[in-house]
Amino acid sequence: MRRWLREQFDRYFGSDPVRLLFALGGLFFATLVVLALLYWVVGKVVTAGLEAWGWDLVRLLLGLLGVMVVVFGNALFLVWAERKVAGHMQIRIGPKEVGPYGLLQSIADSVKLLAKEIITPRFVDRPLYLLAPLLIFVPCLVAMVVIPFDARLQVRDINVGIVMILAFSSLTVLAIFMAGWGSVNKYSLIGGVRSISQSIAYEIPMLLSILPVVMMARSLSLKEVVEAQSPYWFVLVQPVAFLIYFVCAVAETNRTPFDLPEAESELVAGYHTEYSGMRFSLFFLAEYTNIFIVCALATTFFLGGYKGPVLPGVVWFFLKTYALIFVIMWFRWTFPRVRFDQLLNFSWKFLIPLAMANLLVTGGLLKL
Amino acid sequence: MEGSLFQWIVFFAMAFLAIFCALMVVTRRNPIHSAVFLIVNFFAIAVIYLLLGSQFIAIAQVMVYAGAIMMLVVFTIMLISVEEARRVPMVRLSAGKVFGVILAILLFVELLYGLMVKALPGKVGPFTPERLQAVGPVRTVGGLLMSKYLLAFELASVVLLIGIIGAVILAKKER
Amino acid sequence: MIPPALYLALSAVIFTIGVIGVLLRRDAIVIFMCIEMMLSAVGITLIAASRYLHSMDGVIFVFLAMTVAAAEAAVGLAIFVLLHRIYKGVKVDEINLMKW
Repeated sequence: MRRWLREQFDRYFGSDPVRLLFALGGLFFATLVVLALLYWVVGKVVTAGLEAWGWDLVRLLLGLLGVMVVVFGNALFLVWAERKVAGHMQIRIGPKEVGPYGLLQSIADSVKLLAKEIITPRFVDRPLYLLAPLLIFVPCLVAMVVIPFDARLQVRDINVGIVMILAFSSLTVLAIFMAGWGSVNKYSLIGGVRSISQSIAYEIPMLLSILPVVMMARSLSLKEVVEAQSPYWFVLVQPVAFLIYFVCAVAETNRTPFDLPEAESELVAGYHTEYSGMRFSLFFLAEYTNIFIVCALATTFFLGGYKGPVLPGVVWFFLKTYALIFVIMWFRWTFPRVRFDQLLNFSWKFLIPLAMANLLVTGGLLKL
Repeated sequence: MEGSLFQWIVFFAMAFLAIFCALMVVTRRNPIHSAVFLIVNFFAIAVIYLLLGSQFIAIAQVMVYAGAIMMLVVFTIMLISVEEARRVPMVRLSAGKVFGVILAILLFVELLYGLMVKALPGKVGPFTPERLQAVGPVRTVGGLLMSKYLLAFELASVVLLIGIIGAVILAKKER
Repeated sequence: MIPPALYLALSAVIFTIGVIGVLLRRDAIVIFMCIEMMLSAVGITLIAASRYLHSMDGVIFVFLAMTVAAAEAAVGLAIFVLLHRIYKGVKVDEINLMKW
């Protein structure tokens, strides 16, 4: 294709540079017209939006910007933290060369990933293959929009926030599936199939473990859930639900005791085997963002969110969240990987009945 | 209604997206592509529900259709047509099919004819947008489900239970 | 305010596309997806009607229709898996055991 284009180009323009000049001028002019049209349309839309929502829209855009900052900052920090934690658990030091305590290591890593060549294998299912790394971010962003980082630090307080997060979280599975199916490769496909069956199995107990919280808070808005935990945190009254939620969170993010979809020793790298360079790092980024989100949700639902003495709310929120993330990293160097039938049986035969019983008991006690 | 122009823009964008995706669902050869376009279609319809002011149904649409049902569909496609998703004739025309399509187009004309009425027929109910805003739309739906429509709600749960049992029995290996 | 007729027209268009898909395609899974599409197209009609008539009945209808759709998906897809085991494919015009 490229060679053909070059031949055509040479045949047409090679003999006559003036022709090239005219062509470029025409292209420039056309671009200008298109840009002007776009500007006009976008301007209309923005004005209409401002009319409709006013400062709400500006606030939303600023919030999205803030969310992006949190996503990237968190990923950079977690890459460093994971290596450092792993190092110390194995009585090593971990990264230490780049910057103080190796803090700049992840920036060096990301520069390396950016500079790598992006390879698209020839027989992939192009649209699915290309869309998957982008799509995997949608649920992360949606969840970030409704998480209350502080009493007033929340992009949007939606009155069905919890349901919205749960609804969009299944899109992660879709993206993983698209990656696994799109890169026509047995390892990727097996990784994708494993991921889907695991995610379907663990989404149900996760939902059932959040329901008691909703029943106690009497609201589906995340902020009101936090506000409802004023005398004591929900983890004290709902320890079973918290444990179920946390196990499911580890499973949903494909972390170690449950990391079968990307088990390196069996499957090369699972669904992102065929991805390289920036596309691979997008999957990486999404994985760390997902870990952050499940831990942030656990904080919101069970650990009192931004509530805490002395320190400002944001600090409390991030402290609790990163403590949970540390526990997840700890799991990685403590537990061996489970077998696949054990994984599914554990969810269907143990977690779901337990969560149901917990729900029933909670409902009964609340009515008393 | 404030923000009228904005509503129009959103409506037309989502309507065209939904129709485009519907067409793609019908015309794609690979069922996986159909499934992906169908998910986009469901999202567009969810936005239209938002435009109509029923957040609950919009979220339920995303959760049930785009989340649960499509995930099952995708999983089934992966299970049963891994090796034969390509290179088979998509449509095998027959007289019956042509006749059916003509009937479908007639149905469409009929539906459009039904739109010629001046106003929606039917009794106007008590749930004005203002009242819904005051109580909260989700709370209203929940209240109705637990009071006026309790029987239907319970029956729906029985239907789901039967569906689960049926699926398990059908998909069991040894019979 | 967008006139309700537009919503109904959109619903009609999507519904008809679904009908044509059901009639033309051979793959049972695509037919199933078209049926789901028709169901959610009907949802637009119900929600639009209940919005413009200030009633909640349409919302409840759509909600119940969704539960039925979910049950249908579970059973239908189980049937497809079963058919695939017997016929090695789910093309509807090849599954003609009951036809004389």
